[in-house]
Amino acid sequence: MAEYLIQTMGLPGWLTWSLLAVLSAVLILNLMAGGALVFIWAERKVSARIQDRLGPTRTGGRFGWLQSLADGIKLLAKEDLMPERADKMLFRVAPYVSFCASFAAFIGLPFAFDMVALRLNVGVFYVVAVLGLEVFGVILAGYASASKWSLFGAMREAAQVVSYEVPLGMCIVVPVMLAGTMDLVTIAEKQSGWFTNWYLFHDPFTFVVFWVYTTCAVASVNRAPFDLAEAESELVAGFHTEYSGLRWSFFYMAEYSSMFLVSGLAAILFLGGWNGPVPIASLLGLSEGSGESTGAFVRLLGLANFLGKATLGVLFMMWIRWTLPRLRIDQVMTTCLKYCTPIAAVMFAGAMTWLWVFPGGC
Amino acid sequence: MNLLFDPVGVSHYLVVGAILFTTGLVCMVVKRNALGVLMGIELVLNGANVNFVAFGSPVLRGEQASILGLDGQLIALFVILLAAAEAAVALAITLNFYNNYSTVDVDRADDLKG
Amino acid sequence: MSSSVASLLPVLAAAEGGLNWQGFLFLLFAVLACSLAVAVVVADNVVRMSFYLVLSLGSTAGLFFLAGAEFVGAMQLMIYVGGTLVLLVFGVMLTAQEPFVAIKTPVRDKLLAGLVGGALLAVLLQAAVSGPAWSGSTAEGGNAVASSSGQPSATPLGMALLGVRVDGDVASGEQSPADGQVRSGYLLPFEIVSVHLLVVLVGAAYLARSKRRKSSGGQGGGASTGGMR
Repeated sequence: MAEYLIQTMGLPGWLTWSLLAVLSAVLILNLMAGGALVFIWAERKVSARIQDRLGPTRTGGRFGWLQSLADGIKLLAKEDLMPERADKMLFRVAPYVSFCASFAAFIGLPFAFDMVALRLNVGVFYVVAVLGLEVFGVILAGYASASKWSLFGAMREAAQVVSYEVPLGMCIVVPVMLAGTMDLVTIAEKQSGWFTNWYLFHDPFTFVVFWVYTTCAVASVNRAPFDLAEAESELVAGFHTEYSGLRWSFFYMAEYSSMFLVSGLAAILFLGGWNGPVPIASLLGLSEGSGESTGAFVRLLGLANFLGKATLGVLFMMWIRWTLPRLRIDQVMTTCLKYCTPIAAVMFAGAMTWLWVFPGGC
Repeated sequence: MNLLFDPVGVSHYLVVGAILFTTGLVCMVVKRNALGVLMGIELVLNGANVNFVAFGSPVLRGEQASILGLDGQLIALFVILLAAAEAAVALAITLNFYNNYSTVDVDRADDLKG
Repeated sequence: MSSSVASLLPVLAAAEGGLNWQGFLFLLFAVLACSLAVAVVVADNVVRMSFYLVLSLGSTAGLFFLAGAEFVGAMQLMIYVGGTLVLLVFGVMLTAQEPFVAIKTPVRDKLLAGLVGGALLAVLLQAAVSGPAWSGSTAEGGNAVASSSGQPSATPLGMALLGVRVDGDVASGEQSPADGQVRSGYLLPFEIVSVHLLVVLVGAAYLARSKRRKSSGGQGGGASTGGMR
């Protein structure tokens, strides 16, 4: 795209790069904000259907879409309170730290072939590393609020996220090992074709690894049943007890966009990325490179595939949230250290052995 | 000082490294909170890391970087790992000290009898 | 120097005379890293210090990305910022009781340290800008990340950690295509570091175990909340 702009429109190089950077940033921001809006609506609907809640199935216009709008307006208009004893600067900054970490992680995430803000050859590593920074926003928020509920929530969050990064990292190494690269674009390209080429179905070990990854991903973005940082039955609202209005909504947006992010990562690592279960494009004889319009069509198809998979991942997380009861903090740690980590380690060794015994796949 | 008139090169990175190193050192000397001293150490290690990466960077040095090859990046990786280990031990010592003396002021850690 | 921004700060000027993104980003990250490092020294509140430190080290990771060391940059973000500093902040919060949040340093000490630090900085800066061998640079005005993302940066590093150097391997006697040198791999340091980390893990767990010798110490989290400012 950069070359296209430089060659056909005669723009200078630096201006082109600036324009593209702004374009990418705007697209990602819109995705985060719009995605949060849609997912909040979906969360209401899913919870209502699962738990027989009456409200969300009846109010708010057709399919309840007005409810999200009303929520947004309420959040914008709400007074931003700050506790008197709070550390003012940190209290203000904390939501933006969380949000920026989520935003920065999207830079490395490809949405379809060639649709990535910055193609890094350590893409997976970068995304996971930046996603881990989100915890700082939560810790700072917890400390700065000068409330014991907030502080408890923040401490739990810190312990939980840091612990779950270990099995999460081990799970991510498996597809990286199969693909032989950490570049997310290449990893997804290697799974093109029928759905049997997905790393989920590569061998029995990767199938298990996918579910361990799912568990750890849910835990690392603090969703129920691992939402100990905001356990409302114990800690009022955990780390965001003292937040309201726009700042609180930044936490909310960060949560939903990191849910989308880990789902997207799962889609790329295990579920073939933007390659659909049936290779429609290649069955029709089209490819990204074939002509202007067909190439664009193939890319849009890939985008739809990817967004569909990531959204399914988010819906799956919602399903879990409204189905399973919350774990206790010690059970959370047990799940991580006594189950997830050993299983991930064994599966890693197993996948390695499989690769060694059947070098070309079986 | 014609640094501002040159394209970004190794010297620019060295300046950043020097500033980080010095601030880290001053931080280690000045802070009385044990954790503040620890933060100073992290800054010093990062100043060194910036230099290692700059010297080994093909982007900054062109074909001259092959003198150092990958060594710059590898040593930077080892520094990061060892910094993590060092921080864990130092933190454990600090917490132990805090549990025994209920303070984290390093000036109060002058009791040899334990 | 056609662009007005570029004429203000020549670092930003690229070869073709526009805004140079590498220069701009370098300047941004460098100024952030340095000013936040200074903020760490100046700040008295230990929690704010740790916050500034996080941002400073994050900016340093940005510098690594700009220098083409993407793996090291990501490693810095993951291990340093995401691991070590979370640990540090954890420690800060465990001990952040009222008297320790902001321990003041005497002004005399600060002045002395500033003097010594300034002298050291002068020496280091002199060394940094005067070396003729490395003052030359190769920035061709492109975008550094874009130009370096062609070749994989992590694979040679991983190979070197396993003892095989792609840039001249001493074991196989294969010379580097660039300069004809041979270099040794890093398998032994890698193993030593692994064992070291294990030892640290055990040692830290041993040191930090709860002993409850004195009741005044408290166990951190619960006890410290009462004293939060």
